[in-house]
Amino acid sequence: MSTPQGHLETLPRSVQLLMGMGLIALLAFPFVGQDFYIQMVTRMMILAIFAMSLDLLQGITGLVSLGHAAYFGFAGYVLAFLSPADAAASWFITLPLAVLASALLALIIGFFVVRTQGIYFIMVTMAFAQMVYFLFFDNKELGGSDGLYINVRPAGWGLDFENKLVLYFFTLACLVLTYFFLRRLLWSPFGRTLNGIRLNEHRTQALGYNSFNYKLTAFTLAGALAGMAGYLWAAQSGYVNPELMGFHMSAHAIMMVILGGMGNVAGALIGAFGFELFLHFFKDLPKVGEFDLGKHWQLWMGSLIVLVVIIAPQGLMGLLRPKGSNHD
Amino acid sequence: MTEALLEAKQLCKRFGGLLAVNDVSLSLYKDQIHAVIGPNGAGKTTLTHLLSGDLPATSGELWLKGQAVTGWAHHRLSLQGLGRSYQKTNVFLPLTVWENLMLAAQAKDALAPFNPLSWLGRADSKPSVVARAERALVLAGLAASKNSAAAILSHGIQRQLEIAMVLATEPVVLLLDEPLAGMGAAEAQTMVELLHILKKDHALLLVEHDMDAVFALADVLTVMVNGTVIASGTPEAIRSDAQVQAAYLGEATA
Repeated sequence: MSTPQGHLETLPRSVQLLMGMGLIALLAFPFVGQDFYIQMVTRMMILAIFAMSLDLLQGITGLVSLGHAAYFGFAGYVLAFLSPADAAASWFITLPLAVLASALLALIIGFFVVRTQGIYFIMVTMAFAQMVYFLFFDNKELGGSDGLYINVRPAGWGLDFENKLVLYFFTLACLVLTYFFLRRLLWSPFGRTLNGIRLNEHRTQALGYNSFNYKLTAFTLAGALAGMAGYLWAAQSGYVNPELMGFHMSAHAIMMVILGGMGNVAGALIGAFGFELFLHFFKDLPKVGEFDLGKHWQLWMGSLIVLVVIIAPQGLMGLLRPKGSNHD
Repeated sequence: MTEALLEAKQLCKRFGGLLAVNDVSLSLYKDQIHAVIGPNGAGKTTLTHLLSGDLPATSGELWLKGQAVTGWAHHRLSLQGLGRSYQKTNVFLPLTVWENLMLAAQAKDALAPFNPLSWLGRADSKPSVVARAERALVLAGLAASKNSAAAILSHGIQRQLEIAMVLATEPVVLLLDEPLAGMGAAEAQTMVELLHILKKDHALLLVEHDMDAVFALADVLTVMVNGTVIASGTPEAIRSDAQVQAAYLGEATA
């Protein structure tokens, strides 16, 4: 049984400390890191926003969505469509529009899917995401399987995303804002009710909550935040393709949330960075004789996830909790 | 007599070929404990489900505080003042007693979920909500267990929490489905005293198996057998009703 302690909603000191140090490291990194690594860390931060948005559904509300990437990729496509071929789109127009578009897509799909429970929810979110995926994959007008290029990265208000440092700090600001927004939401009446829905939806209804409205709002909000991440991803890579909305991307986010620990936002953040760091570590493994360890990174990654689920069901974050605070 | 707070008119519930509740009418008044008794499978819990909106009735009408509420969803009835406890303890087990009560207490003035203001303020910052939870905590005698997780409480205290959560929503009508089930003598005594207190401000429907408690508590008794009401009246009248004795009491004491 998952407890609030189990979900570590109140962050242990060690985690708070880690988060603080992480922030300092992220602020300082561009001044020491090389270009290649700055881009890599930007990508990690984007995925962290994506993972946190999924945690709102998966960890807090108890809705495991296997189609969350649809809202991530969709916002990226919105940027691609809104970008002129030879000039920069303004981010302060396209970012809100892309986020809104993802929110709207989530609202429409959510209207149908949040009526379902458990395994059916998982299947139906995946089905809708696949529909969106193939809509783009099969239509040349929408870029087809090759996707679309964003020739010039967005700019505006003195911030030009062509500058990698600008995009880095902009992403960091989005990351920090999303984190604090979701942490506050967790302790708000809305967040407490979502937590109640995860634990016992029937009783929340008996107490007077219209759980459908709560779940739909959470689904839409999570879609909007995933859209923000997807927009940044597209702005960074200058390129979108259907894979951004694909099944792998959705599963990627689920694994990041599980790796870090569900239901407290911080876990998803730690999980995203952890996942990416492990990924790079495994891909860089050397050849041992005839056997290329790095080439089989998926095998090591899979084993790691299995190991984490077995020895640390609360994720990497659970390992940081002080001993003796386990109330389960 | 004053207006009925909850009134059911000719409620029926059919599950396929089974008529679980057949043409049941009853009225609940403030300052009155109305007990529903009957052998297992008589349809008592199904009747409670119909009254609380957990299940839609096949036919019949429901009136709450003089307002037609037939077919209303569960949560709407709850917000209108209809509180219901469950036969099988149905609380948020991982949460503490206080968290359970706060969640119940905030339901009443919760902002709509799509109102961004409900996403930001802290849930425990609203004095009216805290006061409501506090009142339920004290009334149900749970102050000593305030910060214990519901999962580790004894069965009796969980039953008290079950009732306390309903009270935290400030209902006017209370539907209590076997509040004494599985309780020890001392715990049952506490609960009976609580019901006496609650009676003063609420219309109370009690579904119960414990005959001693029922006859000690109830002002009005309704006896159900096979989904049908066979008798309704004061405890004395019911006790001496030949039909009831044959159908139920006789069988139970034989």
